[in-house]
Amino acid sequence: MFAYILKRLLYTIPTLFAISIMSFIIIQLPPGDYFSVLASKMAKESDTIANTAALEAMGARYGLNEPLYVQYWKWISGIVLRGDFGQSFEYNRPVSVLLWDRLGLTFLLSFSTLIFVWAVSFPIGIYSAVRKYSIGDYLGTFIGFVGLAIPNFLMALVLMYVSFKYFGRSVGGLFSPEFVNAEWSWARLMDFLAHLWIPVIVLGTAGTAGLIRIMRANMLDEIYKPYVVTARAKGLSEIRLLFKYPVRVALNPFISTVGWVLPELVSGATITAIVLSLPTTGPLLLRSLISQDMYLAGSFIMMLSVLTVLGTLISDILLAWLDPRIRFK
Amino acid sequence: MHDTTPLIEVNGLQTQFFTDEGVVRSVEGVDFTIPAGKTLCVVGESGSGKSVTARSILRIENPGRIVGGEILYHKDGEVIDLARIGPKTRQIRQIRGRDIAMIFQEPMSALSPVHTIGDQIVEALTLHFPISKDEAKRRAIEVLGRVGIPKAADRFGAYTFELSGGMRQRVCIAMALSCEPRLLIADEPTTALDVTTQANILDLIADLQKETGMAVMFITHDLGVVAEIADEVAVMYLGQVMERGDVDSIFHDPKHPYTRALLDSIPRLGQRGAHRLASIRGMVPHPFDRPSGCPFHTRCDSYMPGRCNRIDPPAVSFGPGREAKCLLHTKEEGVA
Repeated sequence: MFAYILKRLLYTIPTLFAISIMSFIIIQLPPGDYFSVLASKMAKESDTIANTAALEAMGARYGLNEPLYVQYWKWISGIVLRGDFGQSFEYNRPVSVLLWDRLGLTFLLSFSTLIFVWAVSFPIGIYSAVRKYSIGDYLGTFIGFVGLAIPNFLMALVLMYVSFKYFGRSVGGLFSPEFVNAEWSWARLMDFLAHLWIPVIVLGTAGTAGLIRIMRANMLDEIYKPYVVTARAKGLSEIRLLFKYPVRVALNPFISTVGWVLPELVSGATITAIVLSLPTTGPLLLRSLISQDMYLAGSFIMMLSVLTVLGTLISDILLAWLDPRIRFK
Repeated sequence: MHDTTPLIEVNGLQTQFFTDEGVVRSVEGVDFTIPAGKTLCVVGESGSGKSVTARSILRIENPGRIVGGEILYHKDGEVIDLARIGPKTRQIRQIRGRDIAMIFQEPMSALSPVHTIGDQIVEALTLHFPISKDEAKRRAIEVLGRVGIPKAADRFGAYTFELSGGMRQRVCIAMALSCEPRLLIADEPTTALDVTTQANILDLIADLQKETGMAVMFITHDLGVVAEIADEVAVMYLGQVMERGDVDSIFHDPKHPYTRALLDSIPRLGQRGAHRLASIRGMVPHPFDRPSGCPFHTRCDSYMPGRCNRIDPPAVSFGPGREAKCLLHTKEEGVA
């Protein structure tokens, strides 16, 4: 097991290296950059020498007039050695500050959504398989598909309306106005939780429908297998039998998709986040791509890719822990 | 000859599958007896209802359903009709694995791929006996040793994919025998194994039967195996027992044309050169297309038009436990 984890960890190193190069190439691809836009703007304003000096300092720091590989080296060594992701030109603040600011809440939101999705789709999926073609199966499937069919932004709008009209909650964001910049306290936590359910439901329903179907199909594959009959012939009760054998095996494809969930939740929720004006990473990424704020955009792409690699690593380790057939290969 | 007491009596058992296309009558009035401590071989082609009959005894016939007949289990002077017990009740669960255990055709898939073999045997033991985990482990290792698994203590923590097919079937047998059942149902346990392994497994089952005195219901389509291990034989075709009796009379004095045809289709050593191996003509009819009258009349060499396709042949007795369902042995009574 230990050797397996070590091997997986070693595999991630070249992957991450390749990802950093790809990210860098992507942010260099579009013609023009924020830096030259800034320079021409300053030139137009024909401002003082101070500005020219600032521009030159910036150019020297990021090696903007030097060959690409030097720029890459300056960028990546800053990230790896000093945790310096560069400067956001648009916000005029370090990228790392902007990033960490939003990443925390994004994670919290993603994690809550993940829990919600699993808590709902797991029991419904198992029930649907065991009681195939029953009323409960059709009902669960129907609700799941409705959730899948309704566009996220529409559901967000409806839930915002309901929340405002019937519960008198402030609309959008993750905090009420008075708590946005407050210190963490009990009241702020409660306020946060009161706001959390709308994005969690909006972001979770589509995934729930998908996972219900996956769980149902996995279970249907397993519950008629001979080893289940063997266990039944031993005299096990149906419920113990179900959870010890087929559910255990049906978990495998479930776990292997965990890896995609992390980046999916960070990037896929952009439209919802804009509609609900959530202080998460999605809108910031979109904004930085539009305005060619290259270090911010590059860092985001990099982070998303790293999250994918990490997620895959986690799901690999979970799978090996769960399934001896993988562990012993 | 028939001095033994019956352990299981199956009378008029009917098990059906209700599918979208129609009702499949897999088992259509089966009668036989399994004497205590003896071996009953159930023989028949694929689709004759052998496995469904076996599963019905253990009440794991789902998605099929028992719609008629009785399965009488004689337990210490008490008689329990297994066909009347719900398949999910505590009562049947206490019989499963404890009194009646089963091994299956596919040792490759009959064990959980993600649990150790030790875990699966210990589970059977702790389910039926009030013993500690350590005691269960000790007994599991002991039974693994008894079925001929070398270094049983080391193999206790092994997973199924680390074992060969023959070893897996031994594990299945160990699991079935762990609670010392009175009846072992073996559903074609050697079909998926190579020939040498087959012989080993057959010897093993015979030895264990001698040791423990359990009865065995052995399902097979291999008449060679039947000759080797059976005390009693039941020949099945399309969900019915066509003929039953002790092994000697079945092989030397078959009463039913189907039994005779099966025996003729065994290849024999020393048969003259250009002698073609006999086979039964035609195919087993589709379950939705059961012939009227005797189910075998479409393929029978002794077919009597006007009788066999009209009359359900009754069971004709030739002695205790010796029956055949064929109109050749009935007097013509009230038939045109």
